[in-house]
Amino acid sequence: MTATDVSPAEPNHNLRFLEEVSAATAGVSRLEMCIQCGTCGGSCPSADDMDHTPRMLFAMIRAGMRDEALRSNTPWICVSCYHCVVRCPQDVHIADVMYTLKSMAVRAKLYRDAKAPEFSQTFVDAIENYGRSFEFGLATRHYLRHFPLRLPGMAPMGLGLLTKQRMSMTPHRIDGIDQLKAILARAKELELTS
Amino acid sequence: MTQYLFYPGCAMESSARAYAASLASVARTLDLDLAEVKDWNCCGATEYLGINLIPAYALIGRNLALAAQQAKQQNGSGAHTLVASCSACYLNLAKADHYMAERPVLGDRVNEALAVGGLGYKPGTLQIRHLLDVLINDIGISRIREKVTRPLHGLRVAPYLGCMVPRPDYDHRWSDHEQPDELDRVLRALGAEVIDFPLKSECCGGHMPQISPNTAFELIRRLLQGADQYKADLIVTVCPMCQMNLDAYQDETNRHFHTRYRLPTVFFTQVMGLAFGEDPGALGFGSEIVDARPALARIGTAPVAAEPSGAGPRAKAAGLPMPGRRPEERER
Repeated sequence: MTATDVSPAEPNHNLRFLEEVSAATAGVSRLEMCIQCGTCGGSCPSADDMDHTPRMLFAMIRAGMRDEALRSNTPWICVSCYHCVVRCPQDVHIADVMYTLKSMAVRAKLYRDAKAPEFSQTFVDAIENYGRSFEFGLATRHYLRHFPLRLPGMAPMGLGLLTKQRMSMTPHRIDGIDQLKAILARAKELELTS
Repeated sequence: MTQYLFYPGCAMESSARAYAASLASVARTLDLDLAEVKDWNCCGATEYLGINLIPAYALIGRNLALAAQQAKQQNGSGAHTLVASCSACYLNLAKADHYMAERPVLGDRVNEALAVGGLGYKPGTLQIRHLLDVLINDIGISRIREKVTRPLHGLRVAPYLGCMVPRPDYDHRWSDHEQPDELDRVLRALGAEVIDFPLKSECCGGHMPQISPNTAFELIRRLLQGADQYKADLIVTVCPMCQMNLDAYQDETNRHFHTRYRLPTVFFTQVMGLAFGEDPGALGFGSEIVDARPALARIGTAPVAAEPSGAGPRAKAAGLPMPGRRPEERER
């Protein structure tokens, strides 16, 4: 059956979504090789909290369900533990496909919960400005915005981290920050997806 | 003596200072020469990859390029091994090296970006290895055992490797992807009693305490329960993220599940230093949120009976004898 056979009147422009996801993934994703065995979901420690198991998500991608796939919380709940990756009989780079789906959802603004993309973006902002991560700035900004009610309970821990010098209140800037900024700016122009 | 290039990563200078301090001490004892990569930048952890692909790899690529450049300058020392102590850094460095070769278009674009900064990296130039791999395979268990002056007898430890060291393991360096025994062997050489810990490579939740707390608490609970069930005094890890989640979020996890776990979590280099006779303060002990002192007081005492707490005869409920009720529920 070809794409046009599905519905000649309304061809699904997303039937090549699988190729798109695969091409935007870091290594050779092998996503096309998925045989829907479900080993990934069965190996996943956080599958309980996912909208779709990885297997379902990959079937949706193959079916051209672009928006549904990019709205799924599954890539955001993936903890990158690589259990599925080492067990996948087809060697699909599952964790890397999840990263691809996250970046696509960010670009299309299709994520439903802003916590994860904002956390990543705040983390990345610090790297782009300093060259190093800045946990104190990240934690305060993120928790104030998304988890204000957790703050009282977390105060002793936060204070502990500060007094035990496990969190610095000032960021560390690398010497080659201008070089890094130039590299990252050029890298953004060279992105694999538009 | 072989010199290694060393990539510490951001956590070693903040949340995992105990790891850095104890590693410095252990490296001295074992004559391990670690030359820090000059002006390294953050590896991007698990965050940059979910935002931008080429910039994420270019960020890692800068570290690889700087390390390769430094290796060339130090020619003669034979250093072409880049050692990382943090699991996420180790994985990201290995991943970039691996994928830049596997997918030439990625390698080309990363190099095109690096060229703007006068840098470049040819995949395969460096061997990317984790600290534990170097300690066990280059230094060796026998040399580690030789240096032990204060065996950790009486201390029951849960060897917790976490997920990103044995997996995905691009270079096939680990004994097993799910039940690797490298950390067990090191801890046993120190004289500690190593519990059977089937969760040793399970995930600690990573950044989930900040994204989906309930997901994180459940993953943390599983680990604490597993270690507690086998009467571990101490969880020993190789990863700053794992240490942070198990240690700093233990209270919140306890509140969430109404449990009362008190399991200190420390870095493997800290217990190595202890067995080598170093002062606990110099090894960063005291910086953990869940106090490790009660556990350390067990060193030199008689070992606990090895029977796990959950192993008694199962209460015969009605119906089929299915496993599964959580021990803390059973106790109530």
